[in-house]
Amino acid sequence: MIVRLILFLLLAVGATPMAAAGVFNPESFTLANGMQVVVVSNHRVPVVTHMVWYKVGAADEPMGKSGIAHFLEHLMFKATETRASGEFSKIVARNGGRENAFTSQDYTGYFQTVAVDRLPLVMELEADRMRNLRFDAEEVEPERLVILEERRQRTDVSPRAILREHVNATLFMNHPYGTPVIGWAHEIKTLSIDDLQSFYRRWYAPNNAILVVAGDITAAELRPLAERFYGAIPSQTMPERARPQEPPQSAARRVELRDARVRQPSWSRSYLAPGYGSPEGRHAYALEVLDEIMGGGATSRMYRRLVVENKLAVSAGTWYDPDGLGPSRFVFAGSPRPGISMARIEEAIAAEVAGVVADGVTATEVARARRRMRASAVFARDSLGGGARVLGAALASGGNIEMVETWPDRIAAVTVEEVNAAAKAVFLDTRSVTSLLLPEGAEEARR
Amino acid sequence: MRILVAAILLAVLAVSPARAIEVQRVVSPGGIEAWLVEDHTNPIIALNLAFRGGNALDPTGKEGLANMVSGLLDEGAGEYDSQAFQGRLEDLAVTLSFNAGRDAFSGRLRTLTENRDAAFDMLHLALTGPRFDEEPVGRIRQQILAGLRADSENPSYIARRTMSRSLYAGHPYGRPGRGTAESVAAFTAADLHVFVGDRLGRDNLVVGVVGDIDKAALAALLDSTFAALPAAAKPWRLRDQAPAARGDTMVIRKPVPQSWILFAQPGVKRDDPDFYVAFVVNQVLGGSGFTSRLYDEVREKRGLAYSIGSRLFPLNHTALMVGSAGTANPRAGETVKLVRATWRAMAENGPTEAELTDVKTYLAGSFPLRFSSSGHIARMLVGMQLENLGIDYLERRNGFIEAVTLDDARRVARRLFDADSLFVVVVGEPEGIDDAR
Repeated sequence: MIVRLILFLLLAVGATPMAAAGVFNPESFTLANGMQVVVVSNHRVPVVTHMVWYKVGAADEPMGKSGIAHFLEHLMFKATETRASGEFSKIVARNGGRENAFTSQDYTGYFQTVAVDRLPLVMELEADRMRNLRFDAEEVEPERLVILEERRQRTDVSPRAILREHVNATLFMNHPYGTPVIGWAHEIKTLSIDDLQSFYRRWYAPNNAILVVAGDITAAELRPLAERFYGAIPSQTMPERARPQEPPQSAARRVELRDARVRQPSWSRSYLAPGYGSPEGRHAYALEVLDEIMGGGATSRMYRRLVVENKLAVSAGTWYDPDGLGPSRFVFAGSPRPGISMARIEEAIAAEVAGVVADGVTATEVARARRRMRASAVFARDSLGGGARVLGAALASGGNIEMVETWPDRIAAVTVEEVNAAAKAVFLDTRSVTSLLLPEGAEEARR
Repeated sequence: MRILVAAILLAVLAVSPARAIEVQRVVSPGGIEAWLVEDHTNPIIALNLAFRGGNALDPTGKEGLANMVSGLLDEGAGEYDSQAFQGRLEDLAVTLSFNAGRDAFSGRLRTLTENRDAAFDMLHLALTGPRFDEEPVGRIRQQILAGLRADSENPSYIARRTMSRSLYAGHPYGRPGRGTAESVAAFTAADLHVFVGDRLGRDNLVVGVVGDIDKAALAALLDSTFAALPAAAKPWRLRDQAPAARGDTMVIRKPVPQSWILFAQPGVKRDDPDFYVAFVVNQVLGGSGFTSRLYDEVREKRGLAYSIGSRLFPLNHTALMVGSAGTANPRAGETVKLVRATWRAMAENGPTEAELTDVKTYLAGSFPLRFSSSGHIARMLVGMQLENLGIDYLERRNGFIEAVTLDDARRVARRLFDADSLFVVVVGEPEGIDDAR
């Protein structure tokens, strides 16, 4: 089956895949300075993944200064008061470790995977850069060029990625999720050292960070190390993560991008939807089940109807991820077969949406979806870093361990009525953006 | 630069994965072999398999056949039509997929222990009784064609295609693995059945299994899953082919703000006695992580690219060293010039003693990090068999890295790295490329 390939290109918006949570049986404690610590034991090989998550992301940036959070992530590999630029990575490599970092709208994370006896070393390095980063112009300026290249590589060379930015900016009229994580190029170019440093000082503190260690270690073994390296860093007063919220949305919006480089058109409709952290968060679990029913694979409603039966599309599916501090979206997408107009794709997908709103889902569909989703939690336990990622992401975006651990039960408890209520509440065209990716010169695709 | 930690003894660092991972050879009553790592921590089983002989064996005019089959084996088999087959996989929470590589046709299966026998049965059906019904054949064909269309304007894909076409003109390695619009449009169900009958035999099959299963249970399942395959795949011959890298630079003009730069020169094959030396030297030049020479020169010092690196790319009948970078059009020429200069410096002097020590420590120490999931280990078990590395490879591998001396590194750098043969493909609107050499 090849469907997921195209769908993935169409919909990939962030780092975290579809909620792959499960029961990881973590241990957790909090240091005196407020830093939360989570341990996921996995003793297959004498290796650990060490992660520090900061509860700050792109959506916490000041207006007009997009890209700070991600820029700072890059600078974290530069000099500190006692270590030269690049020394961090050299030491990690020299000790057989692998490392990287990531930034999302809600969090920024840093990780190293090392032999367990190297853990104290990477903890010392990570603790150092939590407070002691230097901001030298001769380091910042070449890195600004690197980030602009990253932006070109990820976004500017791809019509699909450019359209995705426009959809986000249109769907979120007031919430900062409308601004890309990497930032707008013209703002990346003008961020000052002061902008970056202030952001760092404001947000990088132990009581705004979560330490997650997964692998060949227990909480009892980790605690003295955590106290030694991170416990010594003083806490500070943290600002509230207050973000502008969406006003009532009352107009359906459309975004079209035409580009000569588009060879395979695609269509999508994104509905503003609640996530776990939203006021309407009670719908989140039902929406996850609905996502599985509508677009979760080869026998899902969208794929079966549009791709298999009606032969209108080469791919069709849905996307929903409730893991976030702010609002989410529920996306329907499809890409036409040759000779099929975008209007027909739109009509067919709109009919699926209208159908589920009017008639709801069946008990069989819900039972099948719930069974598959619960099995995914067992598979999630297998990988060394999987549990660390899921738990870190949840904790850094307003969730808690209990939510992650009880996810299979909450999914198992979702009823037909809840799914139907969620569909009715969320699928309102007045709160949606429809997007069309078209070759240059394609006919207008309105109905 | 300050050194934080005292030099670490290699022997201390190089944790042997064998300490935790024991590879067992399982041979079924019917003579099917698999390599197994038992792990009963979680109630799951990961199986990877490969049939030697990949899409390079697609007949002329039928390029993309192996790829098309890989998309269709899970689209209906035995009594199950496509929807029934996929529905059953979903209800069993089984992941089953196939992939056509250059030199091997591979598959992967993931299942919960409780559905083990049914999962293996689905794999058995997919391999021995695929239906290739009209609906899924037409649908997967359309999906492949859509993928080809979408990629046709993707700069990195254009660069990759241009490179293999140029380096391997007239050899199967130069053809597009997923085929062309023409070849894909022409496949019939008969072509697909011929592929399955010819290419999937017991003699070219290798299997790796990790997880909640013991030797006896696996042995029985090997027979019920694979014994019905033909004893032997149709014999094939593929000639060796040296890449035609002659130092030229090719520019493909596309209206994008960033030039995608791909570079390649002849490499070393996996069974070359100097493979590990080349592997270590490449790690210094452009290997993974944030510390290579190319990373330092191109990214850290000058901010010319976000991603920059190089790697060994050995195939059964050729070998390459390849690398890539994405640079703003106005500075593309500068990047190409810098890559060549860095390449040349490596050829002339090789790595320094300190660089060599550091990368050996990194490569040995990071090896166990690869054992991060059952699926990763299962894939390694298959790779070890395809490359004839031996069942005790996991224990021996770091010894090969540790044995590399500075003299070896310098000798191989001189022999292998050749800035003048480096073939460069640039897709975009690059400036300053003509005088790049």
